[in-house]
Amino acid sequence: MTSGIEVVITGLGATTPLGGDVTSTWDALLAGKSGVRPMTHDWVEKYDLPVKIASQLVVDPTEVLPRVEARRLDRSEQVAIVASRQAWSDAGHNDDTVDRQRLAVIIGTGIGGAITLLTQDDLLETQGLRKVSPLTVPMLMPNGPAAHVGLELRAQAGVHAPVSACASGAEAIAWAYRMIMSGEADVVVAGGAEACITAIPVAGFSQARTMSTRNDEPEKASRPFDTGRDGFVLGEGAGVMVLERREFAEARGAKVYGRLAGIGTSADGYHITAPDPEGVGQSRAIAASLRSGGIDPADVGHVNCHATSTPVGDVAETVAIRKAIGDHPVLTAPKGALGHLLGAAGAVEAIVTVLSIRDGIVPQTLNLENLDPAVTLDVVAGEPRKIKLEAAVNDSFGFGGHNVALAFTPA
Amino acid sequence: MSDTVLSGLAEIVEEVAGVAADDVTADKSFVDDLDIDSLSMVEIAVQAEDKFGVKIPDDELANLKTVGDAVNYITSNK
Repeated sequence: MTSGIEVVITGLGATTPLGGDVTSTWDALLAGKSGVRPMTHDWVEKYDLPVKIASQLVVDPTEVLPRVEARRLDRSEQVAIVASRQAWSDAGHNDDTVDRQRLAVIIGTGIGGAITLLTQDDLLETQGLRKVSPLTVPMLMPNGPAAHVGLELRAQAGVHAPVSACASGAEAIAWAYRMIMSGEADVVVAGGAEACITAIPVAGFSQARTMSTRNDEPEKASRPFDTGRDGFVLGEGAGVMVLERREFAEARGAKVYGRLAGIGTSADGYHITAPDPEGVGQSRAIAASLRSGGIDPADVGHVNCHATSTPVGDVAETVAIRKAIGDHPVLTAPKGALGHLLGAAGAVEAIVTVLSIRDGIVPQTLNLENLDPAVTLDVVAGEPRKIKLEAAVNDSFGFGGHNVALAFTPA
Repeated sequence: MSDTVLSGLAEIVEEVAGVAADDVTADKSFVDDLDIDSLSMVEIAVQAEDKFGVKIPDDELANLKTVGDAVNYITSNK
């Protein structure tokens, strides 16, 4: 890089279907646990939905947050606050560690406050205007998670909320990279938050025939790259990381997990939901992440895949990886265990990628029993694999043809 | 001043804004002392209307600066 600026990761936070924080999530992932469980909501039976399973949080945010704070926040905002507090504290930040005009918050979501929208619409229908909460709009707006975290941290360099479906969380991290590289901020709290396990998203995704209906075997339903995959499993959660200009982090003596060396973004221009089967746009994003990070494709040992367990998408991604990097990277798909966290997926999986580099271990793709013969790359299955990594890429793609690749290197 | 209305109102304030009911006393200002914002005041007013069977129009709500103002308004209008 000509600028001399480097972006490092100093703090991690998450709440996921595998654990209430980063450590428990990482441990459960390596242990081969699944976050997928039957849904117990009454609307599943009421509407006779074909999908009766979801990847649900193990620690409910209302157990962690004070009652009054929780009731003023949509669930997507609750998880963003939970993950951000963990990341901020993990980074060793406090009120005095950074000038607030040099601090930004960027948290994306795919859907936003769908639960609030539906709940308040029900109240309007059944009980009239008086019962609609005055907090409805700040709870349902898709910039709500970013806005609440930004307010709590008094971030004044900027508060942003990329909305690019399932690439939102990764796009937030890419945006953070750009803000630090351009000199707009020294510290950025970035990630994704999603909590939309409610009737309309499930019904809509079901009608699009994108979700797994393996209701009898919830833990086996999400199976990226496996011949038996039949769709994704909807999940909820949040992942947040603290990114900093390296000199700034070192000056305050912060620990460094790893470096975000480069980022790449592109758009397919192909179809509103289907990925380009040739992976052209995806491969451009991956190649751009390596180029901006000054990384030789030969040094990329691992790709943390977006692979959602849909028949078409998983294979297209491997085509893109081969095109941009080659046949040598070892792949994994964390959605086998986590399910699909939509706008939080890219952020949680970026955290997983950073930990893979730090610990030299790639988690297995849960439920990968019979590799799709159309996939000719090495996908980790069965158990985690130890591998020293010089560079690893995290892919995230979203409905709308949004592609984001994040290229990480060791600290 | 009605103790029943005061304690009922204090319960609502605790539920909506998390202020301990014991701290909700007649002399306290909703905004300056109890740190209640305009959005929470709307929620408190709606719950008070239901609980005490009164109507609190927006222009009246704007005049209820203290807990005592609210108790007096509710007592004389229910």
